[in-house]
Amino acid sequence: MSKTHVQTTINGEPTEFLCEPRQSLLEVLRETLGFTGTKEGCNDGNCGACSIAVDGVLVDSCLMLAVEADGKEIGTVEGLASPDSLHPVQQKFLEHAALQCGICTPGFLVASKALLDHNPNPSEHEVRHWLAGNLCRCTGYDKIVRAVLDAAEEVRQSA
Amino acid sequence: MPANNGYKVIGTRPIRHDGVDKVTGRAIYGADTQLAGLLYGQVLRSPHAHARIKSIDTSKAAALPGVKAVLTGTDLPDAGDQMVDLGEGPARLKYLRDNVLATDKALYSGHPVAAVAATSVHIAEEALDLIEVEYEELEAVLDVREAMQEGAPQLHDDMTTQEFGEDTGRKSNLATHFEHRLGDADKAFAEADVVVEREFQTATVHQGYIEPHNATASWNADGQLTVWTSTQGSFTARAQVGAVLDMPISRIKVVPQEIGGGFGGKIPVYLEPVAALLSKASGQPVKMIMTRPAVFESTGPTPGSYVKIKMGADKSGKIVAADAYIAFESGAYPGGLVGAAAMCVFSCYDIPDGRIDCYDVVVNKPRSFAYRAPGSTQVAFATEHVVDLLAAELGMEPLEIRLKNTATTGTRRIDGVVYPKMGCKEVLEAIRDSEHYQSPAPAGPNGGRGISVGYWFNVGLKSSCTASVNADGTVSLVEGSTDIGGTRTSVAMQFAETLGLRAEDVKPQVADTDSIGHTDVTGGSRVTYATGWAAYKAALDVRDQLCERAAQLWEVEVSQVEFDDGVFRSGDNELTFKGLAGRLEETGGPVIGRATVDPDSGVGGSFAANIADVEVDPETGKVDVLRFTVIQDAGRAIHPAYVEGQMQGGSVQGIGWALNEEYFYSGDGHLDNSSFLDYRIPTSLDLPMIETIIVEVPNPGHPYGVRGVGEANIAPPPAAIAAAIEDAVGVRPRELPMKPDRIVAALQAHEERAAQATGG
Repeated sequence: MSKTHVQTTINGEPTEFLCEPRQSLLEVLRETLGFTGTKEGCNDGNCGACSIAVDGVLVDSCLMLAVEADGKEIGTVEGLASPDSLHPVQQKFLEHAALQCGICTPGFLVASKALLDHNPNPSEHEVRHWLAGNLCRCTGYDKIVRAVLDAAEEVRQSA
Repeated sequence: MPANNGYKVIGTRPIRHDGVDKVTGRAIYGADTQLAGLLYGQVLRSPHAHARIKSIDTSKAAALPGVKAVLTGTDLPDAGDQMVDLGEGPARLKYLRDNVLATDKALYSGHPVAAVAATSVHIAEEALDLIEVEYEELEAVLDVREAMQEGAPQLHDDMTTQEFGEDTGRKSNLATHFEHRLGDADKAFAEADVVVEREFQTATVHQGYIEPHNATASWNADGQLTVWTSTQGSFTARAQVGAVLDMPISRIKVVPQEIGGGFGGKIPVYLEPVAALLSKASGQPVKMIMTRPAVFESTGPTPGSYVKIKMGADKSGKIVAADAYIAFESGAYPGGLVGAAAMCVFSCYDIPDGRIDCYDVVVNKPRSFAYRAPGSTQVAFATEHVVDLLAAELGMEPLEIRLKNTATTGTRRIDGVVYPKMGCKEVLEAIRDSEHYQSPAPAGPNGGRGISVGYWFNVGLKSSCTASVNADGTVSLVEGSTDIGGTRTSVAMQFAETLGLRAEDVKPQVADTDSIGHTDVTGGSRVTYATGWAAYKAALDVRDQLCERAAQLWEVEVSQVEFDDGVFRSGDNELTFKGLAGRLEETGGPVIGRATVDPDSGVGGSFAANIADVEVDPETGKVDVLRFTVIQDAGRAIHPAYVEGQMQGGSVQGIGWALNEEYFYSGDGHLDNSSFLDYRIPTSLDLPMIETIIVEVPNPGHPYGVRGVGEANIAPPPAAIAAAIEDAVGVRPRELPMKPDRIVAALQAHEERAAQATGG
């Protein structure tokens, strides 16, 4: 199958790749470009482990074709931290022990950042509602919700 | 005494050592494995729940450009039909092999029948469509009681019932029937003032880990095999791969990658032997990632069950007799989890006379495997209901009857075990003393509260650790236990405590099977207990060697060197751990501590209890959990945040089991809900915060008093929620899940009975 040339931006870095039209962006991120922080849990849009930001919008990358990334700004978990510090959601996930196995964590972090970009002062219910598309089987969500609420406070204070 | 019972590290909440890797996406899980020349493997699965495989033609698939290897079950070496020990008890090799790739029969919808490796996953998928399999469809049996009936479709032509340890010679789907007895149950029931008996059923459920099974294998020209996989036990995976491929374990290296959840379901191998043979056939490394539907159709599930419980009490509320009939699906192959259920069914109570009658039954579903306190949740749902009914008959509160009959130190369980020091009573007292229990139950006509208690016995098994002292005073700690929930840190903390170090001065890592001594699975709530013990012993070994070095430096006898709180002393001489670590070069070179453990006694079981507040919508039957508290005996909580995490995670799995989760099979045995959309695990929106109360009744069988906390917490939630539903609306389902239509039906039946009773 002939391949298509795609020009995109990943975590702020201009990036080009070749892909088959049938490949999902998740597959190309992981298997072609080495961004394995984005995880595959179901490949049908039901678990959120592959969450990424596309032009600032939260997307399941398993449901987006790689060719659709052309001209878009892609954000993955690898782009959350700056060279000298973690993003507040990353730091708070660590402090609150909001991860156990960690497979859902990248998706939760990307989704949580998207929430705080959109609403830096969410209620507990708003956090739970926003994150309902991300499944976690280990934690029961308690510590995740607390970490996001705590990160929101830090984001507000540093704003 | 300072906080944390005099400990400096134990009881604190350091950030986990692998944390930054896991929040930045840098941690490498099994599916992240990349190798030069990597091929991608896919598996063809039976669409039929029960069928004879008449022929498989792979020629068209093999001819597709990009396809590098094709396999069927007959390509697996036939090493006969011996029993193999896999570290979790013996298994028949034929069953293990046939579950990896079927040969003569497909026994469940989703049973692997062929596999392909190709240059892309898409080509591999195309190739699967070109494989022609001729099946002779057979009638399937999916229900545990139907499967036991005479004339039921027989899964295994040669399987006969083992009864009380003897082969009956009787062909049946009933693999094993056994019984435990204590005292004289018949006499005790005859003398009881109150006797209650009820039947219960629970649906087949899945562990629901978010990471699909995966394996990457590289078969070298010299016959050495390396397997990278997400597994609960690298040594157990190695043993199984060796058995299935009929090769010595010395030729296999299993590299445990990070694992995205297991809960018992990632102990068996599925893809590993297949990837290995595909690599052998193609001469290239092969990566396989199971699709999500295949995860549901072919792995895991934990048994559906039929349970009958009878209990009797005297007028004072003392439970005097108990009788259980427990029939568990084991899926397509025998050797299920009913034995564990028998150990849990009456485990929370001190009952002098009783009987536990157990049935292990094959059905046309995937081979069932452990799921967090395997077997305990099904039977706790049943027993706790009957205990509440006894209380109601006697006019007692549910908590009162539990406290009166609590199992405690010295209690002899019906299966014969005598309890060492145990925390059941303390857990029940913690219910009583909690703010939640003492606060008013939910107001309104449809709100209610329930309590329950559950148990898991925990296991010991083998663990190994090595510890290298670095010149800067830190220690590199190598262990064999794959880390699913933060155990690197809970193990490292015990090492640090022993040597007076800080948690962050110990650098834990999980090593492959060539790089550390044998270590059994991450399961049975054993890692913080047993691998933590190995770390403690390795730390003592380091301490002893460093005392010798100090003696050498100070020219004194080693017996004159003392070590306390991270400082070596002899007379006026004094060196910190770090100071001495910096002087190893001049005293004989590197120091490595090592230890192995195999605790066969001292494993402390753990009890967990719940207080659940719910609201039931009588129109729709939907149950909302308003408030939920989990209480558990941790013995000693090494890292309280991760203890709480286990308690919360297990609780929510139990809530999902209670309210939503079940396998839906069509009449012909096809799984109809093999996605996370249709197999609905709880989301963040379904839940309140999960409140935790850690009880600490130190386990005298561990140097720091640890009891594993991974499992007992999943057992009580369905029973607590059932009790809360009854408190709310007057009906109590005896079948899991307690889904909306079942609640509505129960309410309608309840209303009809009430109308009849009033002559309406």
